[in-house]
Amino acid sequence: MTGHDVWIMLVIAGLTVVTVITRGFFFMSSKPWHLPGWAQRGLQYAPIAALSAVIAPEVFMSQGQMITTLLDARLYAAFVGGGVFFWKRNVLWTIVAGMGVYLPLHLGLGW
Amino acid sequence: MPQAPGIAAWGMMTGVAMVKSGLSVFEAVAMTIFVFAGSAQLAATPLIIAGAPIWVILATAFCVNLRFVVFSLHLRDYLMHLPLVQRMWHAYLTGDITYVLFVRQYPHPGKTPELLLEQEAWFTGNYFCNWLSWISASLIGIALANFIPTQWGLGFAGILCLIGIQCSLASSRLRIMAAAVAAVAAVLAFAMPLKLNIVVAIAVAVILALTVEKIHPRKGVAA
Repeated sequence: MTGHDVWIMLVIAGLTVVTVITRGFFFMSSKPWHLPGWAQRGLQYAPIAALSAVIAPEVFMSQGQMITTLLDARLYAAFVGGGVFFWKRNVLWTIVAGMGVYLPLHLGLGW
Repeated sequence: MPQAPGIAAWGMMTGVAMVKSGLSVFEAVAMTIFVFAGSAQLAATPLIIAGAPIWVILATAFCVNLRFVVFSLHLRDYLMHLPLVQRMWHAYLTGDITYVLFVRQYPHPGKTPELLLEQEAWFTGNYFCNWLSWISASLIGIALANFIPTQWGLGFAGILCLIGIQCSLASSRLRIMAAAVAAVAAVLAFAMPLKLNIVVAIAVAVILALTVEKIHPRKGVAA
């Protein structure tokens, strides 16, 4: 193993610790924990906001820039996938329908 | 488990994407088995390849994983009666979909030890299926990576999976507003280092939703 290999394994070990710490953040201390009211209400909105923040750049941006064309397969796939969720109430249908739109546009038309 | 095929598709694409971005097969397998967090893995991979400082990579993964901090706060009431090691194992194995499906199945923590045990059993069964389909699909993806061209863009299935989860959470007008605000903020603040745009977007969206809730208390009630 070279120094670079050791470094990457250290990074992977660090990422594992990050997974454990973030997922178990409020499990670590068993002291009674009283959330302030605003934080409790904030729980209603934080998860959907976090997902939205991860998703939006993946759909509307390309190489760090906002896309300026409507000829992008991701836009239509995301729109159809979201619509199908509200119809079928099922994440798998979202993926199937979204990819059903994405692949022909992306591979067939090069969008 | 309705989510298993979707998770499998995403896991496979993550496996393909890691190898296609330049990780060795050994490194990609280690990532899959130990890190076990698709979005953080996908965010960290290009930084690893670029040789970014380790603290930048870990800070980025932490930000992308910040939603799990929120989930753990919510899950406290369901799992806090367990010993530390046991609840940390539960925490480590809880992905997005397990959390969302669990709190949808059991909106309130059990009031008796029997109910709490039933919920824990459901929870464990759910994440075990999730873990199995994720790990096996990722390993298949890593093995197949050399045969699937990256240009096909199959990684987009992962984003579609997140979109489905997001739609399942869109149960009130204020939540939809929070999602829209976060989307705009994450794009506008994209140039920030360390993927801090994600943290900024969450903060702006939550603060705005709480402010609107204060002004119009009724609209805040989840449908």
